[in-house]
Amino acid sequence: MKRAYYIFYKDFSSELRMRFALNALIMFVIVAVSTILFSLANEKVNQNVYAGMFWVVVFFSAMSGLSRTFVSEEERGTTLILSLIANPISIFIGKFLFNLVLLFFINTIIAFLYMILFQDFSIQNWDSFLLAFILGNIGIAGSSTIIAAIISKANVKGTLYPVLAFPVLLPLILMLIEITKSAMEGNPISDVEAELMVLISYDIIMITASVLVFDIIWRD
Amino acid sequence: MRAFWKYLLLILMTLVILGGLIPPIVAYPKNFFEFPLIPGLEDKARIIFFHVPTAWLTVLAYLIAMFYGIRYLKKKNIYDDMKSVSAAALGLVFCILATVTGSVWAKFTWGSFWHWDPRETSIFILLLIYGAYFALRSALDSEEKRARLSAIYSIIAFLTTPFFIFIMPRLMIGLHPGSLEIDPATGQIRASANPVIKFQMAANMRVVFFLSLTAFTILYFWFWNLTHRILKLEYNSQKEI
Repeated sequence: MKRAYYIFYKDFSSELRMRFALNALIMFVIVAVSTILFSLANEKVNQNVYAGMFWVVVFFSAMSGLSRTFVSEEERGTTLILSLIANPISIFIGKFLFNLVLLFFINTIIAFLYMILFQDFSIQNWDSFLLAFILGNIGIAGSSTIIAAIISKANVKGTLYPVLAFPVLLPLILMLIEITKSAMEGNPISDVEAELMVLISYDIIMITASVLVFDIIWRD
Repeated sequence: MRAFWKYLLLILMTLVILGGLIPPIVAYPKNFFEFPLIPGLEDKARIIFFHVPTAWLTVLAYLIAMFYGIRYLKKKNIYDDMKSVSAAALGLVFCILATVTGSVWAKFTWGSFWHWDPRETSIFILLLIYGAYFALRSALDSEEKRARLSAIYSIIAFLTTPFFIFIMPRLMIGLHPGSLEIDPATGQIRASANPVIKFQMAANMRVVFFLSLTAFTILYFWFWNLTHRILKLEYNSQKEI
């Protein structure tokens, strides 16, 4: 556990030291949101569209940002050293925590941008939205970390990542869109109980399975 | 023994094609060879004998691919990977067939090619998973790495299927048999009362249906047997050179 924290801390501080990746990611978010802003600017669209659009931006910024954890190790050639100092489970947990923090940071920016830029994106029921936001981030971080580990061994890393991650993340994203719609309409949290259960079970299944199979990916 | 399976397949397929296409569909069946009429489906009901087996084989192929993937991870035998990839390749073919037959059927009964009904969503996801599986394989050059990582990906992707097969059809409204619909009177979600959705197969249809499932499964195993043996031969001949 302590090792996991060290790996998290290493990634975190190296990311803070060379901020170019983070800056690029923030710019990516701004570009993505403004594309949607331009395309929907003078249109009167159904409120539900924004719920979908929000998670689309979240998905693609996760896809452009989260693969770095393993890909950068592979590019800098530090994979071997990393496997010398820590066991696979703590590496996975450290990387997962880093991705989780990054995802929370990016998604808070996206949510904030959506709230100030789109009048129609107004959450009526904060309880269910926040629960979905937290559980969703955990799920996205879990699945994308394990897919990033697979992808770091492949030849074409960037394009393959969303292709592999999309079918795995889809049940999660569909549920998140449903909950966000319901939160925007101001329905009580009991309406989305089943969807929240699905999120919790998805998170547990994905993280457990990832910890189990990560060992096989990591040992070359 | 091999000849036995081939003759069995020939007989079964002939029976399925004849049994699926010839019997007339009448409102009140009197003879054993007449199928009952299902309002809203009529003659279009016949495609069920060919659509459902393809969808079933898509799932079966995925399970076989994953099974041999796991076996590869345990025993590191490259032939297991060949079995896995040839099962998946055939699965992709049947997945495309299931999607095409399904959307043709959808066009003529529900009015358009695609509806985002939960079952349609799940076959679409399977198509994406198969696509991603082969994209991943083509991006890995060492044979050992390719076998290992694609096996792991098939496990990870498999974990999402319970959500599509068991959970989403119960949360969403659909058009396939056994789906939910919105009660027009109360606005509540309920088990559907539509004759197409409620539809149960008559006994004689069921016989043809299960014959068709058996025939297609034998066909699949025959194809699979051939493809993985071809892969093995290619691999061995390359090693000799």
